[in-house]
Amino acid sequence: MNMIQAINSAMDVMMERDPSVVVMGEDVGFFGGVFRATAGLQQKYGKNRVFDTPITECGIIGVAVGMGAYGLRPVPEIQFADYIYPALDQLVSEAARLRYRSAGEFIAPMTVRSPFGGGIFGGQTHSQSPEGIFTHCSGIKTVIPSTPYDAKGLLIAAIEDNDPTLFFEPKRIYNGPFDGHYDTPAKSWAGHADAQVPTGYYRIALGKARIARAGEALTILCYGTMVHVVEDTVKTLGIDAEIVDLRSLVPLDIDTIEASVKKTGRCLIVHEATRTSGFGAELLAQVQERCFYHLEAPIERVTGFDTPYPHSLEWAYFPGPVRIREAINKIMKD
Amino acid sequence: MTDPIGSGGMDGQAGRNLPPLRLHVPEPPARPGESADFTHFDIPAADAAPRPDEAAQPSDMRDLAYGLVRVLDEDSAAVGAWNPKLPPETLLRMLRYMALTRAFDARMFRAQRQGKTSFYMKSTGEEAVSIGAALALARDDMCFPSYRQQGILLARDWPMADMMNQIYSNTGDRLKGRQLPIMYSAREAGFFSISGNLTTQYPQAVGWAMASAARGDTRIAATWCGEGSTAEGDFHSACTFASVYRAPVIMNVVNNQWAISSFSGFAGAEATTFAARAVGYGIAGLRVDGNDILAVYAATRWAADRARANGGPTLIEHFTYRVEGHSTSDDPSAYRSAEESSLWPLGDPIARLKQHCITLGIWDEDRHAAMDKELAELVRDAAREAEKNGILGHGLHHPMESMFEDVFEEMPWHLKEQQQQMLDEWKAAGL
Ligand SMILES: Cc1ncc(C[n+]2csc(CCOP(=O)(O)OP(=O)(O)O)c2C)c(N)n1
Repeated sequence: MNMIQAINSAMDVMMERDPSVVVMGEDVGFFGGVFRATAGLQQKYGKNRVFDTPITECGIIGVAVGMGAYGLRPVPEIQFADYIYPALDQLVSEAARLRYRSAGEFIAPMTVRSPFGGGIFGGQTHSQSPEGIFTHCSGIKTVIPSTPYDAKGLLIAAIEDNDPTLFFEPKRIYNGPFDGHYDTPAKSWAGHADAQVPTGYYRIALGKARIARAGEALTILCYGTMVHVVEDTVKTLGIDAEIVDLRSLVPLDIDTIEASVKKTGRCLIVHEATRTSGFGAELLAQVQERCFYHLEAPIERVTGFDTPYPHSLEWAYFPGPVRIREAINKIMKD
Repeated sequence: MTDPIGSGGMDGQAGRNLPPLRLHVPEPPARPGESADFTHFDIPAADAAPRPDEAAQPSDMRDLAYGLVRVLDEDSAAVGAWNPKLPPETLLRMLRYMALTRAFDARMFRAQRQGKTSFYMKSTGEEAVSIGAALALARDDMCFPSYRQQGILLARDWPMADMMNQIYSNTGDRLKGRQLPIMYSAREAGFFSISGNLTTQYPQAVGWAMASAARGDTRIAATWCGEGSTAEGDFHSACTFASVYRAPVIMNVVNNQWAISSFSGFAGAEATTFAARAVGYGIAGLRVDGNDILAVYAATRWAADRARANGGPTLIEHFTYRVEGHSTSDDPSAYRSAEESSLWPLGDPIARLKQHCITLGIWDEDRHAAMDKELAELVRDAAREAEKNGILGHGLHHPMESMFEDVFEEMPWHLKEQQQQMLDEWKAAGL
């Protein structure tokens, strides 16, 4: 399965198992989603459980809060993560805090799916990585898969979870892994080990990172599309790096991170989102606090720049192999 | 360097020989020191509004969004097509709950002034809005209120001491001292957790109603916001969703004329009514005399019956007046005419129902005075009971570590760590 099929399969499995799961969003019903992630679900489960919505993101999330309070498990889709801002208040002030402010009387057990990230020439409004805005807010979980297998297992866990969860889907790798070489032909998930996705139910607990590659020389913390770009860069450099795919930012698997950096003594953080106040800053602080006496070189960050996402200069902006290689060389020099 | 857009634009305009444009900034009819004037309000006769069938098409009842559904006339008689013809017991219950709400407000306002809590919001003059609706809805219908519908909890016989515990943020506060006073949550009372962010409850109520419909349930939802809050995007998102899915929901706009210091003109009242917002969405819209509890009751029953029969949503504007300040932090004499509240042409909801009951011969002034006294004592006793659990800032609160609970279903490591750190710091400080 590719990642879209895996995500579709997760929703299918959960709708089959739990009648309280409902899927909603712009174009998700009849058409099956602009990326086809919800294809076939309406035909199978009916319009009461899979339906198109008006184009109002604050409405979609606000309605999902109410549905969650009723006892359903909504899985709303925000068509592109760039369009999550109109819903920011409903996510941050409402969904994320409902349990707390009602001391557990009401909960908003929703999973907001949203394609995010760049590398598709989407320009400013189809490329952003807003995860850092939400990891900053208490009460909402943030999950980002990097393979079809993980996408399905994590999405199932997110839907089963009683807390509101943002499930950001790296759209650049929906159809195949991306190694950062934009001028070479796209790859496919076919034949990839992590594309062997069971059709039935399985879950991957939220808050457990994955060691994408074990190594001794350097720890690279990354997630989403960047896992693949980093993997390929490491391969071409022939360096024995340990690549940690975080999989979820909140909750964060701090134990795996700490153990890895203490083992390697070096750390590189890579994400697509802008640098200032990005999630990388939090990772850096955590590693610094926990592993300072084990570090043999300063921690480095490779991130998107603090500009809006450019269109024609996308590949200069994208934290690709060139910048990752530079950072690795710098860390290894010391 | 010259500003190419600015100067070029001005030159171009000057040459066009057109009158200058004017910006209209609304002004309320009266400011402090000026005399209030409500003569521009068109108040139709109590029996003027027709009562359409609950199944009527919204397009067939547009006039109701611009008129005023009323029942109690100037002679305190119940008249017209909307008269719900309630039995005496129900009328007296309504009277009692409205008076209880007022007594509760009075006591808690005083408690705030005495420094027992930080904040309070009264609903003086608007009691009919919440009590009328609460009695017209079924006990298990779900309410998504804003901060001025405490009457719903009282009418659902929710323990007053529990509400006061919340106001005092004490050890008995079911919300563990996390919310601003008056932001109640009472799931068992069908009362959704109140948000401080205006109008967010609107799409949430619609979502709840949609879920109920999708599940083949029989319960409906109702929500309330102020007229000022109708300007929020959430209001319009909610109307769109409610209209599109014909959600079994009642959307109440409490037009009490003022949003803190901004009069209703800043939410669009000079151009049309708030009930008329429904017209554009193809929703049934009713404009109701919000100080006439029989009208509020009748309109809510109509809307509830319509929703239960899958007739879809209704938007009800309750035309009323906020007699007191916006909250304990507000001083309305700074922005509106002092006499305005006494001149409000639709009177006081309690006085009107009381007079109706007296006219019917089921009530009298003595019984009313005795009831007021009894209610004040009830409220006082509840306050004493609540104060045993502590008042704000006097050390009786939920344990400090509870601050970290309920962020997530299970506490993640980083919160556990911060929790422990806080406890250690307090211990080290000898506290
Ligand atoms: C999103 C948001 N913006 C602003 C405020 C501050 N605020 C609190 S109440 C209020 C006025 C609301 O007026 P209205 O909706 O007419 O209700 P009323 O208080 O008159 O019942 C404002 C501006 C808020 N709480 N939330």
